[in-house]
Amino acid sequence: MAQVLKVDSEANALVHDDQWQLVADDVDQLPSGDILVPLTVWQQNADQLANHSGAVGVWVNGDEEIEAVADALTSLPLIAINFPKFVDGRGFSVARLLRDRYGYDGELRAIGHIIRDQLFLLKRCGFDAFQFDGSVDLNEAANSLQDFSDAYQVAVDQPVPLFKRR
Amino acid sequence: MYKYDQYDHKLVNERVEQYRDQTQRYLAGELSEEEFLPLRLQNGLYVQRLAPMLRIAVPYGLMSSTQLRKLAHISRVYDKGYVHFTTRQNIQLNWPVLEQVPDILAELAEVEMHAIQTSGNCIRNTTTDQYAGVAPDEIEDPRPWCEIIRQWSTVHPEFAFLPRKFKIAVCGSEEDRAAFLLHDIGLQLVVNDQGQTGFRVYVGGGLGRTPVIASSIREFLPGEHLLTYLDAILRVYNRYGNRDNKYKARIKILVRAWTPEVFAERVEAEWAHLKDGEATLTGAEIERMKGFFTLPTYQSVDKAAVNQQLQSLAEEHKGFGRWLDRNTRDQKQNGYASVSLSLKPAGVAPGDVTDRQLEIIADLADRFSFGELRSTHNQNVVLTDVLVSELFELWQLAKAAGLATPNIGTINDMICCPGGDYCSLANAKSIPVAEAIQRKFDDLDYVYDLGDLELNISGCMNACGHHHIGHIGILGVDKKGEEWYQIQLGGSANKNAALGKVLGPSLSRDAVTDSIEKLLDVYVENRLETETFLATYQRIGIAKFKERVYGTGA
Repeated sequence: MAQVLKVDSEANALVHDDQWQLVADDVDQLPSGDILVPLTVWQQNADQLANHSGAVGVWVNGDEEIEAVADALTSLPLIAINFPKFVDGRGFSVARLLRDRYGYDGELRAIGHIIRDQLFLLKRCGFDAFQFDGSVDLNEAANSLQDFSDAYQVAVDQPVPLFKRR
Repeated sequence: MYKYDQYDHKLVNERVEQYRDQTQRYLAGELSEEEFLPLRLQNGLYVQRLAPMLRIAVPYGLMSSTQLRKLAHISRVYDKGYVHFTTRQNIQLNWPVLEQVPDILAELAEVEMHAIQTSGNCIRNTTTDQYAGVAPDEIEDPRPWCEIIRQWSTVHPEFAFLPRKFKIAVCGSEEDRAAFLLHDIGLQLVVNDQGQTGFRVYVGGGLGRTPVIASSIREFLPGEHLLTYLDAILRVYNRYGNRDNKYKARIKILVRAWTPEVFAERVEAEWAHLKDGEATLTGAEIERMKGFFTLPTYQSVDKAAVNQQLQSLAEEHKGFGRWLDRNTRDQKQNGYASVSLSLKPAGVAPGDVTDRQLEIIADLADRFSFGELRSTHNQNVVLTDVLVSELFELWQLAKAAGLATPNIGTINDMICCPGGDYCSLANAKSIPVAEAIQRKFDDLDYVYDLGDLELNISGCMNACGHHHIGHIGILGVDKKGEEWYQIQLGGSANKNAALGKVLGPSLSRDAVTDSIEKLLDVYVENRLETETFLATYQRIGIAKFKERVYGTGA
């Protein structure tokens, strides 16, 4: 079973066993259980997915326009943002849009190629779950969530800029 | 200048520890080369042709004497006893050891310095006018705004992995001394009809392979909205900038593809959501920042008496007279001057300074300039707020240290990248070309007669030596494994920014200096009265220059 690093509402980081099954772009038949499907599959198979026995979440790529479907997305229990390469920073902006603009308050998970050195920034942009591809010691990686104790800018985790708090 | 409080200190120290851990994991094989690359770049560390190179941030070019002494110490202990001043007002070490970089960063943190985001695909050091605060043509001091931008951009959570590097410049004066139209974002301070301070916002300028002059996307942005508007621009760029091809990834390509009008609409649409949010600057914050950039207490000076004294000294000492003419400038404060210490004596790579010279500059700053100094994008050092009556003494001390070459703004004050001697990207060497030109044109009377002339040299099309905006630009190119040089004419970084035009086929290194001489001959023969090289070129066009270098019919 896959493992996911999650940050709870008290900012505690814990490693969880994960039951969500990631469905790739091209799928003819959906597996049973809780599934995480690509945005396009979710849009094109609404009826089928409505009858799915398990929970349904959606994963999006950084280059997808989420604006048109944001309202529907925000009712989901899980949204994942896929990083094709860790240096592709589009997912950071998409995360902030989902949290800041569309008020999404479910689980927001970073998937794909992320590295532990990005955890502090990902957390600031509203991610609260991190699923690494490849083998990573998640308990060790969790230390990077605390790389900095404060920050200058407003972000999801701290909506008040430092200049109003110093 | 800006003084760190507990928050700034803590952040910079935490950054050092973060990078120390990353370096250790890399050396232990736990962090791959690919994954370590952007992390070290965002801490200023390149791996170059001969050794790593560490670029240290000098926010908007302002430094204290204490900081300079620390740099001298670092260059002595961790490097070979010299540093290089860059065209982005930063400082580079050419020979640091990768394993020691965390220790260097820790030493920098002690004096409120860092190397955060001096490289990599992120928001880089914000640059401005080296005469900020003292320029007679200043509308408003840009430095408080630069510091606001520095803090906003430092470890920005959303924009650490942009499509490409991102550079911001702020211009606070009538004349542009920051080349702000050649930046990803150029901010021009303006005051509107109601006396409100704000910015005219330009985007999409840049040099490199595809040089572009920035386009205005907003006529007036009130100052308090600066950060939300920057967030909007960066968010649009982060989402839609090209990530497939690094040569098409700068914001200028996106702005051109969409047109500036469409780009502006997209930014405004994004901004509509961010405007008036928590990140909107407060009057208190703007005032707090302005409070760091106060002017020193000036003495009242009998200008007539001082000028008379200066004049007689200048007559007595020809060298002083020349230096006064080329290396000093009036300030808006009566009786005070700004002094350029030239880092371009012949025989030294432009912008290189030894550890001992750094300490002497620090001493001069303490003695004459209230302990502060500025680095310039022309790779020199400026001391401001020098009493005019003390200029002669300053000149003598600077001269003894090799810092008083009276060549500021002349052909010998060239901008030059490190080139093929150091840089792994370069197609050709640039330092030997600079030196050959300085040696060729060593007759000071001739050089002064030529007047203001910007000659810029880049060793490759990435254009770190700003060759596109030199009145004369030289670009190193690779021709079947040999180093050749293309000459461009008519570039300018002034308010009426222009990009140079290619003169003709590239030349061998031997032919470069002779060709420059021919170009100068054409200028001298054709100029009208006090016309500069650039003005003559603009009036007569490129044909005569071309003909002289390549012969008729070329």
